[in-house]
Amino acid sequence: MNKNIVIIGGGPAGMEAASQLMLLGYSPIIIEKTSALGGHLARWDRLFPDRGSAKGLLDELFVKLNGANIFYDSDIVSINRLNDSYNIILSNGITVIAQAVLIATGFNLFDARKKEEYGYGIYNKVITNADLEAYFKNGSDERIDESGIKRIGFVHCVGSRDEKACNRQCSKVCCITALKQAIELKEKFPESVIYCFYMDLRLFGRKYEDIYLSAQKDFGIRFIRGRVSEASEDIDGNVVIKAEDTLTGKPLKVTLDLLVLMAGMSANPDANRLAGMLSLAIDSDGFLQSYDNVAYIHRSKKKGIFYAGTCTGPKTLPETLSEARSAALDIHNYLKNSDYGG
Amino acid sequence: MAADFGFRLSPSSTINLDKTDLTKFNQLVEEEPDVKKCISCGSCTATCTAGKFYDIGLRKAIIYLQRGMEKEAVKMLEHCMLCGKCMMVCPRGLNTRHIILSISRIYKSERQ
Amino acid sequence: MIYQGKQKIWSDYNKEIPDDHWYYVRSCIRQNFFPASERTMVDICKNVLKKDFYENPNHTTCGGIAYHCDTLPQETAMTIVARQFALMTESGYENYAASCITSFGNYCEVLETWHEFPELEAKIRELLWKSCRREFRKPKYLCHTSDLIFKYRNEIAAKAKYKLVNCRTGEPLRVVEHIGCHYSKMFPSKGVGGAEYPYVLVGMIESWGGNVIDYPERRHCCGYGFRQYHVRANRGYSLSNTHKKFESMEPYKPDMIITNCPGCPYFLDRWQYVISEMTGKTYGENGYGIPVFTYEEVAGLVLGYDPWDLGLQLHQTAVEPLLDKMGIPYDPARKYLGLNEKDLKRPELPGTLRCC
Repeated sequence: MNKNIVIIGGGPAGMEAASQLMLLGYSPIIIEKTSALGGHLARWDRLFPDRGSAKGLLDELFVKLNGANIFYDSDIVSINRLNDSYNIILSNGITVIAQAVLIATGFNLFDARKKEEYGYGIYNKVITNADLEAYFKNGSDERIDESGIKRIGFVHCVGSRDEKACNRQCSKVCCITALKQAIELKEKFPESVIYCFYMDLRLFGRKYEDIYLSAQKDFGIRFIRGRVSEASEDIDGNVVIKAEDTLTGKPLKVTLDLLVLMAGMSANPDANRLAGMLSLAIDSDGFLQSYDNVAYIHRSKKKGIFYAGTCTGPKTLPETLSEARSAALDIHNYLKNSDYGG
Repeated sequence: MAADFGFRLSPSSTINLDKTDLTKFNQLVEEEPDVKKCISCGSCTATCTAGKFYDIGLRKAIIYLQRGMEKEAVKMLEHCMLCGKCMMVCPRGLNTRHIILSISRIYKSERQ
Repeated sequence: MIYQGKQKIWSDYNKEIPDDHWYYVRSCIRQNFFPASERTMVDICKNVLKKDFYENPNHTTCGGIAYHCDTLPQETAMTIVARQFALMTESGYENYAASCITSFGNYCEVLETWHEFPELEAKIRELLWKSCRREFRKPKYLCHTSDLIFKYRNEIAAKAKYKLVNCRTGEPLRVVEHIGCHYSKMFPSKGVGGAEYPYVLVGMIESWGGNVIDYPERRHCCGYGFRQYHVRANRGYSLSNTHKKFESMEPYKPDMIITNCPGCPYFLDRWQYVISEMTGKTYGENGYGIPVFTYEEVAGLVLGYDPWDLGLQLHQTAVEPLLDKMGIPYDPARKYLGLNEKDLKRPELPGTLRCC
């Protein structure tokens, strides 16, 4: 089969789609802007719901890619539609003609500094979910004083469901990630008291409710329904936060040794740039617009352009991987059948 | 003698978790681990027989106890008739009658 | 605290402030609260820094205080503002400097509202014409006068006779800065440094040698809140907010407080007396309070103005401990002498809060 497929983005979606396409007999090309594959997954330690190893999953995705064409450190300079194909010029000077393009550019982790009131990058003991995951992975973070950590707070919805942060959407994975991380911290620091400040707990996935129950019952995580309005630093360098305890209807404050901000998913500007080049529609949430939000989330409205993963909105890893496989199969059908719909 | 200006410092309504003594709540949790499972759904309050006539709700009482508002919680539960309807509706299967009795015993000194 | 993190935010909120040619409008309450602050502002700009700084004697209140007390309809408030702008236009200026924080917030709000609803601006222009036969151009630049002192902070530092440094120990003074709510909480982009970590007073303190204290209740309102204070039954609310701030800053042992709002310095100053009478507690050293200043007063002290010419004798909380720390000479005998050496009479001293 001499049909070219270009996959833009070498995260879990791009990797899984590539290996599936290889199984179908194609030789897809992955364009990765950094010098390594894996995207955000490469920086994560353990995954919900079973706390499987992120590295284990990444290794598995990588092994399946054996023999794939990967361009690292490469950007898309331009994409032009030809008759039945796309002419893609890469920053490394290479030009590729592809019959199908899969956009798997993923998401951007919301920059928690934009929520100025939480003091990320200003107060010493304020970190993000990504920092905490890196701490689990690498074993140290100078902001985490292992000997003195007694009170920990998690702030859900940092840069999610927040019109002022230009992110109206729910990032979907933060609630369950907060629970996973809270449990992991409690295991590491059994004497600590851990609070989760949430607006709504959006724990929708399989086994997530079990994790919630276990977080309450087995780990004593304390859930406080109320969004943290501001953080500040006291004279000892600890974090003082204010929230409303909406279940008693009273303002609440507490001093913490560590505040973890659950930074959400925001649209990746790289995807917007591609959308500009290809005249692809952007949806009201800033993510790429699918052909259909129920049946064809992995299709664009342009012939030969497909989507996988979080370029079309926040998703969990299992959703992303399933979507990558769907996209691969759909690309296969598209390339095989000249009378393909869509 | 404090001067009278015709106005006073208002007491703060803020719950300060730094100063909340949870000794008794921890004892309650020890004896009634189910307390931790409450998800504040409010079914107990919705169905409460006494709730139509008094400010009573186990959901609220459990939250109050964790915020140091022990008097308010205990006073609220004094109206309980132990009918058990809240036990029937609780989605997390809390033994609500037993919890209420334990609260009443552990927080005895808070009763007025 | 990670200083670079704040610098990053400050660089995001860089407000353009022209260096010269300002049309100045006063506050309606500051001259009663801190009578020499505005006079000092004019003197520093005109005579020390040699700026073109013009004041039109026909200007009035901006109406903001009545607007915030719900006693004035918005259209009336806007017409007052329109007249103020007309006076600026007639005087040949386009840079508008407001002395009052609530005025500044009011002007920001009015301009923003007109931007969003041009038909309302047209209506106000018509109302102004009908009532006063005046026309106006909107200011090209709008600033609060603390923005201006911020702009001139290094020029002032270059001419400084005294620094915000303890002359006995050589240590920088520990300074609390307090920003009026209407400075940037409504429009963060209109304030130097934004709303969460405003830089306007921090910049002055740093350039005059002091150390800034960032304490947990820094962002909290002083509690004045217009209606809360004006109705006596509500004053406890106002007092309690100030009390909350003092309790929060106390562990840092501040040497002084600098503010940029008309109400805040008044209440942070006066309520220290009330708190001391009610609770017996004082927050400064040796039974004194923590001296509270306007930024003009501090600029004046730094430039070597006589403390009594700055009106510091009208503060409730004694300023002498701070003057001693900065090494500023003063004559206690002259403290209560007014204009032309008129004897203002010594006030009765409070029982608990130590005063001079």
